Amino acid sequence: MLAYMLRRLAYGGLVVLGVLFFLFVLFFAVATPDDIARRALGEKARPEVLEQWKANHGYDRPLWPWQSFDDNLLFDHYRRMLTFDFGNSDADDVPISRRLREGAGASLSLTIPIFVLGGVLGVLLSLFVAFFRETYIDSMGVFLAVLAMSVSILLYIVGAQYLIAKLLRWFPISGFDPDPAVILRFLALPVLVGIVSGVGGDLRFYRTVFVEESSRDYVRTARAKGAGELRVMVAHVLRNGLIPILTRVVVAIPFLFTGSLLLESFFGIPGLGSLTVDAINGNDFATLRVMVFIGALAFVVGQVLTDLSYSLADPRVRLE
Amino acid sequence: MRVLEVSDLVTGFPAGRERIHVIDGVSLYLEAGETLALVGESGCGKSMTALSILRLVPRPGRVEAGKVLLEGRDLLSLAVPDMRNVRGAEISMIFQEPMTSLNPVARVGKQVVEAIRLHEKVGVPAARERTLELFRRAGIPDAEARLDAYPHQLSGGLKQRVMIAMALATRPKVLIADEPTTALDVTIQAQILELLRELKRDFGTAILLITHDIGVVNELADRVAVMYGGRVVEEGDRSQVLGEPAHPYTQGLLRSMPGFATAHERLAEIPGVVPPPAEWPAGCRFDTRCERVLGHCRSEAPAATPVGEGHRVFCHAVASEIGEAP
Amino acid sequence: MSAHVLSNVVVGLLFVLGIATGVFVRRNRLWREALFELWRRRRVSILVIGVYVLVALLDSIAWVGGGDVEGVAAHEARSVIDRIFEGTREASYSAPLAATSFYGKEPLKAPSRHLLGTDILGRDVFHRTLKGARVALLIGGVTSAIAIPLALLLGVSAGYFGGRLDDVVFFVMSTLASMPGLLLLIALILALGKGTWQICLALGVTSWVGLCRVTRGEAFKLRELDYVQAARALGVSELRIVWRHVLPNLMHLVIITFVLMFSGLVLSEAILAYLGIGLDGSWGQMIDQARDELSRDPVIWWNITAAGTALFALLLAVNFVGDALRDILDPRTLREDL
Repeated sequence: MLAYMLRRLAYGGLVVLGVLFFLFVLFFAVATPDDIARRALGEKARPEVLEQWKANHGYDRPLWPWQSFDDNLLFDHYRRMLTFDFGNSDADDVPISRRLREGAGASLSLTIPIFVLGGVLGVLLSLFVAFFRETYIDSMGVFLAVLAMSVSILLYIVGAQYLIAKLLRWFPISGFDPDPAVILRFLALPVLVGIVSGVGGDLRFYRTVFVEESSRDYVRTARAKGAGELRVMVAHVLRNGLIPILTRVVVAIPFLFTGSLLLESFFGIPGLGSLTVDAINGNDFATLRVMVFIGALAFVVGQVLTDLSYSLADPRVRLE
Repeated sequence: MRVLEVSDLVTGFPAGRERIHVIDGVSLYLEAGETLALVGESGCGKSMTALSILRLVPRPGRVEAGKVLLEGRDLLSLAVPDMRNVRGAEISMIFQEPMTSLNPVARVGKQVVEAIRLHEKVGVPAARERTLELFRRAGIPDAEARLDAYPHQLSGGLKQRVMIAMALATRPKVLIADEPTTALDVTIQAQILELLRELKRDFGTAILLITHDIGVVNELADRVAVMYGGRVVEEGDRSQVLGEPAHPYTQGLLRSMPGFATAHERLAEIPGVVPPPAEWPAGCRFDTRCERVLGHCRSEAPAATPVGEGHRVFCHAVASEIGEAP
Repeated sequence: MSAHVLSNVVVGLLFVLGIATGVFVRRNRLWREALFELWRRRRVSILVIGVYVLVALLDSIAWVGGGDVEGVAAHEARSVIDRIFEGTREASYSAPLAATSFYGKEPLKAPSRHLLGTDILGRDVFHRTLKGARVALLIGGVTSAIAIPLALLLGVSAGYFGGRLDDVVFFVMSTLASMPGLLLLIALILALGKGTWQICLALGVTSWVGLCRVTRGEAFKLRELDYVQAARALGVSELRIVWRHVLPNLMHLVIITFVLMFSGLVLSEAILAYLGIGLDGSWGQMIDQARDELSRDPVIWWNITAAGTALFALLLAVNFVGDALRDILDPRTLREDL
């Protein structure tokens, strides 16, 4: 098992190297340092100003190792990313790692509740719906799930801000304060929107899993030995359904670290999502590169953890 | 004494606006300690009869009419919790597919313990002790270690032994065995049949044995009921039904079995195939494939005709023959 | 070739393609029955989608000249839809079916004719909403035209031929899949630049992986099937096997994936619109521009309602059709990811 995990990690490492190469091609070869400089300074900037900007940001060296093996941007890019030496923002020269540290707390305080509450709610709702499969409760549940999936998150946010914050005045429209006494007031609405906008897709997926599980032979056996429906659902169906559910949950892990772009920027939460939105608006490619890299890193680690949890959830899985 | 008596059972599934009756007026009984074999081709409603008795018909199907009396109590009118106390305690069931009938993520011992503790107030250690004993009785070698095995670690035969141990854990009055050997290798089949015979003797459990294998019937059954198209077409002692089959379907079924056709005869087949439930004829269900069709077979369902002590046949042709004979 | 000529040509091609598909479906019993079943289950949804497609096509047929427009607009190509709404531009906001402008209460050029009112620049909101249909279908269509061939080519060759090629394709898929989808999309658009093609290309790059994973798995399974083995034993060439036996057996997966992918693409575009890198004239853009109008007093609600409803109704219809299609064509393979 240890050997398997090591191999899995090694492949994950390879994928991270691939991601870094992809980012390099995208942000150095497709959008060249000249493009980046021009976007930062404007189309009309004079050539010597562009050169100066490139020199200041370390973009004035050759791109590829075959141009200069000792001093090229590709190796530099790898070296810096892998040592978490992210450098400064292209937009305002603030160290990116400082920004990350500042934003992480706010992001996590938003994403963890959404992740946990949303996940639990999704599983519970779909268990409930699957419990009533082939009845109108089930069809209603699926209908509502598809309905919820067809609404743009923009509309959820705008609608919630207008209805709950502006008309009903239950919560502030936006803002953030890390003080534990008031943080909930600011987080309640974005967390609610985050859960509602995601629960439709979860419900539809988990329901399929549970309905499929409940038509299996072992479920019939459990009923034949006299287990009640509730016990059948919780002790047998849920336990077996965990395996496909885990797969879906992992895909959401990077979201914990990259924050939610829209929620944070609409609700004025100074997290990593807002940071990314600012980077997009300010053509700050250096920050964007780092965010994609961190997201990919979180995903790869999450995948290895999923494999590990598979072997805990399913005795048939042996990691080899 | 009859432990189980099923009368005029009707089970239906919705199909568009109508309902299709996959079980259409089945009546059976089971004497204490005897084995009744329920025989027929696939799709004739054998398994659905068993599931109807336990009220486990998968949705959206449901039992629409009839009575299922367990020692005089009508199971169909029991409240849901009371029915739960019948399942696994008074009537147990084992299934055709031992491969998939056990929960893949739970240890097999735990699954038997669950069956015991659902019906009796015993602690886990006591239930586990009993499970171990049951495993030994079910002929599971190295029983102690096998308690903690997962289903995928056991062979098909061992899994079926676990299923049997689970079914007998609470000493039920009736055991429904739905094709218990079909999915197993031939050598294992014989062992499982032997085990069922032993347990029947030791526990005195009445068995409703569902099978399409006449060889299994011959091994285990006291009486036989033949089903076709959701109805019982012939019923009687094993020797009567296998020895002097009266219904054209039973005759055809036996003629097509290698063990029962005489040595020189070519194996005969019944012409045509079993039609799907939606296309079942209104009168006698066998009408479309029968060699001895009479004018009213198509429109009228045949009534029971006694052809011997406890031997009944549902066939117009047989009825008119007997009517003419005396 | 100018944009409106290309657009007209594409409409013509789609028309021919539609007829060809119709003929094929008429001849092929399986597809005919599947589509009939789909029609039986999802009549309303299909009609709704039909209306959107019709509007989008009408908005794609455009030419220069004609009508009584002056100034710059006279030299621009205007579509059939544009011509219907000709000469109705007002000065600024007006409420649905109003006779006077919203602020100031001045008489309108076309009183009581603006079904959904006008926006801040006096443009008819119903007109703009109808035009959004073309943008939404363009996103789905062009992206699919990029993603589906790519996914099929790589997925089938990786799954069917395996070996080193499979390793490479799998690595590329893992790499792309490990980056958070929205961030990857944004990164691509920022690097490639803004524009219809760039956005569709970026959406294509982020969405081919899902379909590729499915086709790879299916091709891998099909390779082992008896009739494919039999064809190989008879000496049929590998390419011919892929063409005759593998690809036709993937078509239903492609169609289901396409339909289920569609709503995701349109929703992603709405997010891009908020970030200022979406397509011009999309509903996402309308929503983004209209969200501040909710804080005006009195509230301007018709812009966001019109765009939001148009987006919602299309996606709902597409999602319902997608679910039904999956049930009819393939109840088992496609469960995850989509």
